[in-house]
Amino acid sequence: MPDATFRIWRGDASGGALQEYPTFYENGMVVLDVIHKIQAEQAQDLACRWNCKAGKCGSCSAEINGKPKLMCMTRMSDLDVSQPVTVQPMQTFPLLRDLVTNVEWNYRVKQEIKKLEPRKPDAPDGTWRMQQADVERAQEFRKCIECYLCQDVCHVLREHHKHNEFAGPRFLIHIAQLEMNPLDVADRVPDLKDRHGLGYCNITKCCTKVCPEEITITDNAIIPLKERVVDRFYDPLKKLFGG
Amino acid sequence: MASFDVPVTSSGFGQTSRRDAWWLQPVATFLGLSAFIVYSTWAAFQGDHYTYQGYLSPFYSPEIFGPSAHSWFGPKPAWWPAWLLFSPALLILWAPGGFRFTCYYYRGAYYKAFWADPPSCAVGEPRNAYRGEHSFPLILQNVHRYFLYLALAFILILASDAWKAMWFTNAETGAAEWGVGVGTIVLTLNVVFLGSYTFGCHSLRHLVGGGRDILSSSPLALKLWKRVTWFNCRHMRFAWISLFWVGFSDLYVRLCSMGIWSDWRIL
Repeated sequence: MPDATFRIWRGDASGGALQEYPTFYENGMVVLDVIHKIQAEQAQDLACRWNCKAGKCGSCSAEINGKPKLMCMTRMSDLDVSQPVTVQPMQTFPLLRDLVTNVEWNYRVKQEIKKLEPRKPDAPDGTWRMQQADVERAQEFRKCIECYLCQDVCHVLREHHKHNEFAGPRFLIHIAQLEMNPLDVADRVPDLKDRHGLGYCNITKCCTKVCPEEITITDNAIIPLKERVVDRFYDPLKKLFGG
Repeated sequence: MASFDVPVTSSGFGQTSRRDAWWLQPVATFLGLSAFIVYSTWAAFQGDHYTYQGYLSPFYSPEIFGPSAHSWFGPKPAWWPAWLLFSPALLILWAPGGFRFTCYYYRGAYYKAFWADPPSCAVGEPRNAYRGEHSFPLILQNVHRYFLYLALAFILILASDAWKAMWFTNAETGAAEWGVGVGTIVLTLNVVFLGSYTFGCHSLRHLVGGGRDILSSSPLALKLWKRVTWFNCRHMRFAWISLFWVGFSDLYVRLCSMGIWSDWRIL
């Protein structure tokens, strides 16, 4: 079995440090397997959140060698184990303990977003008709597993702590999904500009790079939303001639 | 948004646990864009050696006023102030320059490479204050679609230049004849690359149909949106290829005009 040294963040909100754990791993293991092995053999009190181990629940988000990733989707064979493998909690959210952060802020942001408001049913039986071409765009955003890695890497939140002014990429794709929904008639554009702080995004595409579901967050959601805000607030010709 | 207390800490400038060469991409972007800005500024101020036979450097097209045969309205106007440097390029370069400066791809790239905002993903920044594109001055980036309208007009003009670059004067008869030189290919590729970059613009994608929630009601809008989306997926690639090629096109015409390179006539 190949050996590796893991440097894992241990501590809570009051402080902590990286601690080294020499260990062995088997071929085919992912980082979460090794964390569990260390938990079983060396550090029974190591706190780590996980659930499905299949890249679908979005629970085991962490920073592996400084990059936001799902621990269950990061293969040991993809890491350079000649140096210690660093595993840290997400920096953008308050630390609870070890690798576990409090992501409650995200749930509260989501509550502030206007819900889907469907148009009147198309048929007397209360159903609607939609074309596949119209739902495809919004379907991409439904792949989101709410791992919050995009929120973690977004420098507006991570470095500038605009949690009270900026909803973050995860919720911008949620809004895009609602705004582009062919059934929806609610208007979220003024909220996007003011309440959700869309203008804070400076399009560095870090969110797109870390998304484990490979959602094209910036190009397919955020920039189209920025363009809708431009339509409404910053395009004098559009205002003059309507449309 | 409601006020939430989220106690988190920032990193120091350049601080990261990343082990890869995260600095490589912003440094490459910085060097690539800087090289282009230095060369294009130098070339724009020259005001000379921008035509050769039927070729016109894209930095000088359209030549609104100027001494060459390509000029739309004749030589430098008499009312031009004597103290103000004149170059045909300075009259027009603000338009494609503004299109690139406000381009969504370039914005993300130069915010990282020139302002370290952030230096790279998950890397600490030099400043705490941040306004993004939420307020002045970067809120002005929203003017991008207006530069797009100009850029589309430039594509037509450059396509016309590529056509003119296919006509040569016969040395014996003095008559114009169709032909292809290396310069013809250089200027034709230039308009192809610039077109591929422009047709992938995010604003264009929005304007042709992306702004609609129900695209299927307009088959034309759906078709256009799909075409622009194809180019949009390759926007970064065409942004760099077209940037390099437009600079090379100017260099080619310049060196031919200076007699350093000879234009090889293929057909």
